[in-house]
Amino acid sequence: MTQDIKFIQGNEVCVEAALYAGLDFFAGYPITPSSEIAEHMAVRLPGIGGKFLQMEDEISSICAITGASLTGHKAMTATSGPGFSLMQEALGYAIMTEIPCVITNVQRGGPSTGLPTHGSQGDVNQARWGTHGDHAIIALTASNHQDLFQITVEAFNLAETYRTPVILLLDEMLGHMREKLIIPKVDEIPVVKRLRTAVPDGVDFHPYLPREDGRLPMSDFGDKHRYNVTGLYHDMWGFPTSDPQVIHGLIHHLMDKIENRVEQLTRYKEYFLEDAEVILISYGSSARSALHIVKNRRKRGERLGLLELQTLWPFPAGLVRRKTRQADFVAVVEMNMGQIVDEVKKVVDQHKRVFLVNRVDGGFITPENIKDMIRLIQGRGV
Amino acid sequence: MAVHNYIRQRFFPHLWCPGCGHGTILNNMLRAVDELGISKNDLVMVSGIGCSSRISGYVDFHSLHTIHGRALAYATGVKMSQPRLNVLIPMGDGDALAIGGNHFIHACRRNMDLTAIIMNNRIYGMTGGQFSPLSGEGILCTTAPQLTIDRSFDTVELALASGASFVARTTSFHVREITKLIARAIQHKGFSVVEILSQCPTHFGRKNKLGDASNMLEFFKKNTTPFGSKAKQDNPELIERGIFRELDIPDYCADYERTIQKAQKGKSS
Amino acid sequence: MKKQKKLKEYRINREWCKGCGICVHFCPKDVLELDQDGKSSVIRPDDCIVCGFCERLCPDLAITIIPEEQEAA
Repeated sequence: MTQDIKFIQGNEVCVEAALYAGLDFFAGYPITPSSEIAEHMAVRLPGIGGKFLQMEDEISSICAITGASLTGHKAMTATSGPGFSLMQEALGYAIMTEIPCVITNVQRGGPSTGLPTHGSQGDVNQARWGTHGDHAIIALTASNHQDLFQITVEAFNLAETYRTPVILLLDEMLGHMREKLIIPKVDEIPVVKRLRTAVPDGVDFHPYLPREDGRLPMSDFGDKHRYNVTGLYHDMWGFPTSDPQVIHGLIHHLMDKIENRVEQLTRYKEYFLEDAEVILISYGSSARSALHIVKNRRKRGERLGLLELQTLWPFPAGLVRRKTRQADFVAVVEMNMGQIVDEVKKVVDQHKRVFLVNRVDGGFITPENIKDMIRLIQGRGV
Repeated sequence: MAVHNYIRQRFFPHLWCPGCGHGTILNNMLRAVDELGISKNDLVMVSGIGCSSRISGYVDFHSLHTIHGRALAYATGVKMSQPRLNVLIPMGDGDALAIGGNHFIHACRRNMDLTAIIMNNRIYGMTGGQFSPLSGEGILCTTAPQLTIDRSFDTVELALASGASFVARTTSFHVREITKLIARAIQHKGFSVVEILSQCPTHFGRKNKLGDASNMLEFFKKNTTPFGSKAKQDNPELIERGIFRELDIPDYCADYERTIQKAQKGKSS
Repeated sequence: MKKQKKLKEYRINREWCKGCGICVHFCPKDVLELDQDGKSSVIRPDDCIVCGFCERLCPDLAITIIPEEQEAA
């Protein structure tokens, strides 16, 4: 059978995968380097009867997709750092109200306007902690187009499964890079549908009461169950409450539904870890250079390995601890001042074995950069 | 009374202060829904944050109590994704025109079939009586102890200039007019703005020595006049009430349906 | 001539009434007063013309007017 092969930008991969996952609503605001996502959505959505909205800013974009999700639609917005900053309050609202949606952040240099046309991985901690108050979040990333397709579909699946916003962290290199993508066949990647309540008309429906398996079935706005949605602390009907017991339960539920499922939520890839003395941990586009150098040095007999994280949040602490146990040292390769390295230090037995290998000048971190820094760490000089 | 069929009675008495105009607006808004015979399942109320926004928790519709200033943005997503629904968006003056001002003008421009109800009491009540962009000059409030120097918006002029296809104004004294205008606004295909001047006796009236709620209603009675009336010519200080614009132009969702048809035609050919 | 409506029952939800006095102030026939608890109550029921203004003006949704005619119909 013939394969559907494309040679496209990462941003376009994100669009194709979102459509594969069942997205039919997109709202966004132009911002480099994510604008191609909006552009491709504008091309693709009307053709399948879906809805595309260009809003007045990023705030209204995330609000609009949240509203659309409540009527039963799979929805996404896409942005970059400055826009992602604007979205933080509404992101917290979607977390609090447990409304599934996907927010793609094609990262660029920051803070502030930074370097719009160059990549960065500087928003990793913002994805985790950008909105105020205690909360948990799922954030995913990928390093190549085939994985990005898979991970984008997973982002929608996890959003539906756990009734939560999911952050998809791309970066400028990945978003603008063109490479081969084989479009998966229908049903090749499972797609999670919206779980709707079976509670009949006239019977009390609890939109915020988890089932035994932890899932919370929804009812579409406009359907038979009329309920309340609020960003205030709320009870199982969605009505505001100040009852300490109910609030305690709500906050723990919001945290636990994600933090207690780290293993189920962890997506990763590993290369040559079995006997690795030096383990690189990387993610997103920097993992491409990390993989290149690992393969390259293996040929020379150096025992390098790579753990590529695709789930960044909740942080896969158990995985990292297990996989790094036998390593002499661990080098975290990322294009920021050290955001995942701190998480790695928390979980690796001796944190002095953990080093940061980074680049933050707008340039792409190259295999050569990584090689040089590893040599420095090893005391071998460049 | 019929309006009781549309409220979640277990949450009453409501949280608004004695004499607050917002309750009166709720009272007469629900009469509009009743008159139109809209099914509760077909109604979504989207609100933001503030005294006025708590209205959504009291109505037995699909209710979405969102974040400050963004109600119209959420409502845009609800309506665009499910155009058959009637979407009512009650907002306070600060919610709609300060923090939400940008969404407001763009919603006017976009002309999606939404019904925005601005409950304008010229003050931030929930936070304790700070001035709003509708307070106007010379008002005493907690953030202007020497009286406000900020000039105010005229909601109607702003809505007209921004392209809303239905624009109306009344007050919490003119109760039948509230029902009439909201009913017309809901029926109107396109973006509707109904500004309702409302009284905050607690923070606005008391501080500015305007008397109690009844006195503030007397002010609305005496200082307003129907749009286009002769009284306005004689006394330009009067605030006009009524429908300022009712324009039959395609709403956004209808236009988008044509976009879909165009795209699908292009695909098949 | 149209028959004058008469008041059958004036229901005030005393739990909901916050005693703002708007109904008392605007009643065209001075039918209402605030009682010793500060709640709206009917003092002169025979004067009521069932205009419904109090019911509509009430910010607390606490007033329900039931006219005689409505009962007969």
